[in-house]
Amino acid sequence: MRVPVVIYASEALLRDMDDKVGEQAANVARLPGIVTASYAMPDAHWGYGFPIGGVAAFDPDAGGVVSAGGVGFDISCGVRCLHTGLGRDDIMSVQKSLADALYKRIPAGVGSTGAIRLDDAAMDTMLLRGARWAVDNGWGLDEDLERIEEHGRMSGARADAVSDQAKRRQRDEMGTLGSGNHYLEVQEVTNVFDEAAARAYGLSVGDVVLMIHCGSRGLGHQIGTEFLKQMAISAAEHGIALPDRELACAPIRSALGEKYLGAMRAAINCALANRQILTHLVREVFAEALPAARLRLIYDVSHNTCKVERHRTRGTTKELYVHRKGATRALGPGHADIPSPLRAAGQPVLIGGSMGTASYVLAGTTKSESLAFSSACHGAGRAMSRHQALKEWRGRQVVDALAARGILVRSPSLRGVAEEAPGAYKDVSAVVEAADASGLARRVARVEPLICIKG
Amino acid sequence: MTRRWELFAHDADMGVRGFGATVAEAFEHAALAMTSIVTDVELVDAQEEISIECEAPDLELLFADWLNAVISEMSARHMLFRAFKVRLDGSRLHGQAWGERVDAARHRPAVEIKGATYTALRVAFEGNAWMAQTVVDV
Repeated sequence: MRVPVVIYASEALLRDMDDKVGEQAANVARLPGIVTASYAMPDAHWGYGFPIGGVAAFDPDAGGVVSAGGVGFDISCGVRCLHTGLGRDDIMSVQKSLADALYKRIPAGVGSTGAIRLDDAAMDTMLLRGARWAVDNGWGLDEDLERIEEHGRMSGARADAVSDQAKRRQRDEMGTLGSGNHYLEVQEVTNVFDEAAARAYGLSVGDVVLMIHCGSRGLGHQIGTEFLKQMAISAAEHGIALPDRELACAPIRSALGEKYLGAMRAAINCALANRQILTHLVREVFAEALPAARLRLIYDVSHNTCKVERHRTRGTTKELYVHRKGATRALGPGHADIPSPLRAAGQPVLIGGSMGTASYVLAGTTKSESLAFSSACHGAGRAMSRHQALKEWRGRQVVDALAARGILVRSPSLRGVAEEAPGAYKDVSAVVEAADASGLARRVARVEPLICIKG
Repeated sequence: MTRRWELFAHDADMGVRGFGATVAEAFEHAALAMTSIVTDVELVDAQEEISIECEAPDLELLFADWLNAVISEMSARHMLFRAFKVRLDGSRLHGQAWGERVDAARHRPAVEIKGATYTALRVAFEGNAWMAQTVVDV
């Protein structure tokens, strides 16, 4: 290993963590140009190549690499949180009709398509301009953009680096939620842990927020697939010995590395545009169901990315290529990249739970910079395979049990619901407590679902 | 041969494993295993035929490439497949797939497959049959 492996977790989480996490993090530590350490977050689990919940930074001046496997197939998968301007009672008075209206309006699940069809020119503009493109086309508000990482538009994107097949997969998928662990939830704030940060984020106990968890859809999946193969094939040419083919990578300063970065950034824009369009659809539903609602974007943050950031390593501050796979950027208070109204509190870190359990809003810390290049966990992490979950639960049973607790679930697939049963996930509270205790991020608020739309 | 394909567990995702008297047959059956992650294979009608071509420098990468090509066509065409035919020609693969467009009400698709990974990727002759397996990201 070129650098050590550092795993952040409580004793209990560490005990339950798959042995593969350590093994995969150790493999990452062997990649060229890695600096400081190969990190695993408290929600880390067995991924492919990188552990999910893995963070690694590479120095381009030291032969550093960029890895398609280190970002994953669902490029820029992330969470967006909106304040609805409403309280629990407002929602509960229309809970069922709102759940039905959201389910009807939000395309979710396998084979679903959006209402938007992109021609070649619109596709390229979307890939270069991200959420800005969406807002330019009437899907959202100018004020949304300042609450999105990169102000809604990732620079350095290259539409020409994205294959025709990737574009083909995306042509009718804008504004779709996807499936698996992707969801849209209406949630109630149940606890506030940090009054000052909660105030800055606009959160109080009893408020209702909405979280959207999804990514770059078919376009990102196709880019991930294609570059994984190209990087695996060309690794030897680049003089890279791969401990695991899934760690396929290319030097940052190579034609392939640069092309991947351009395509990956285009996929980030696709994800940002997608979540922006979904936001617009949600606002339309709320405008009809609850005219008093005013859906204000709190923040949008991705957890499958590689970003160029300035960090301290080996006594100097320099530009590094930080891979976060199933890990959330967590910039500390005062960082210039945080929107000014939130800056003093630190960057919001949005942690999605599973349906039926809580989700959390955390804030980045100053300490996180030295702990893991300003990174934190991203969710609960699975405790059980889908295979096992199907043996344990029936979808109808899960939906009924949640309904009895006042949580309405809408999904095209009961089997999908069973695979995503709350019990198949780790305890998100334990993950968040470990992130807080280690200083990766600090807890601001806990939210619990009232309505869950599953893909 | 009794088993044509099976699924195996992975923490977050799902493993697919196909068996066959030939490599090509193992590839075909592994693709069927993939359909079974999304829906019951028996619910899918063979209404439409599509062609798939791939190429990769070794058998394992070719297997992952084949599954990824199938995933890509499932996604771009919004289709599910119930039957596959594979012909191998050195580093090239010529495939056919038969299926139909997703009907959410009838197929009740559980989950979308994002891509075939290289995790647990293996193509080997074991016992008395060929076996091709990998983990797919869902």
